Amino acid sequence: MTENDAHNGEDRIAALIDQNLRRVYSDLVQEDLPDRFKDLLAVLKAQDKEETDRR
Amino acid sequence: MTHRDPREEMLDHLPALRAFALSLTRNGATADDMVQDTVVKAWTNMEKFKVGTNMRAWLFTILRNTYYSSRRKLNREVADPEGTMVASLSVKPDHDGHMNLTDFKKAFETLPDEQREALILVGASGHTYEEAADICGVAIGTIKSRANRGRARLTELLQLDGDSPLEMTDNATMAVVAGGGGVLR
Repeated sequence: MTENDAHNGEDRIAALIDQNLRRVYSDLVQEDLPDRFKDLLAVLKAQDKEETDRR
Repeated sequence: MTHRDPREEMLDHLPALRAFALSLTRNGATADDMVQDTVVKAWTNMEKFKVGTNMRAWLFTILRNTYYSSRRKLNREVADPEGTMVASLSVKPDHDGHMNLTDFKKAFETLPDEQREALILVGASGHTYEEAADICGVAIGTIKSRANRGRARLTELLQLDGDSPLEMTDNATMAVVAGGGGVLR
């Protein structure tokens, strides 16, 4: 194996790993967001509105 | 150019933020708690966010700081820079040489936090090395070396070589990539 071949092999492995990282990550991104976060944002918004109204 | 209210924009980034939290904590309940803390901190510190800059990177930074400070507080910092815990891990390629995505995930989860986050930031979520370095508060070279060490460890665990098929599959139906990229045996 020449040095160049070894280098190609490494690049290929890095590409293979990154490709799978993207798959794992995109599966996670596509998961449904739990309702608690939408509820949380609604609560935070309501609190802000109360603050503003009080002033 | 008008910018959206950053508080509205935050919702768009939650799926990515949660994915980052899941990769970092490897635990759904902990990840969701981290995301919740991050949302509250970001919301109440919104004046510190510079409109027009990368909100996702800002949120990732908050989440990361939250994670590491709670890990310190819980005093369960696992000093395992070399990933020695994986000694018990057995990940073998399928008989046909293909790597299963589940095996990949298992191997990935055994990497030390610093390597996992570097790989997720630059390898998976498409941040530049510079952005990843900003998020983690370290030098660009440090991120590069963490990502490289992570890739090297995965290569070792998954027994990858230059001839490994380009696709990892969840089943054995994927045709073997012909040619093998010209790598000599």
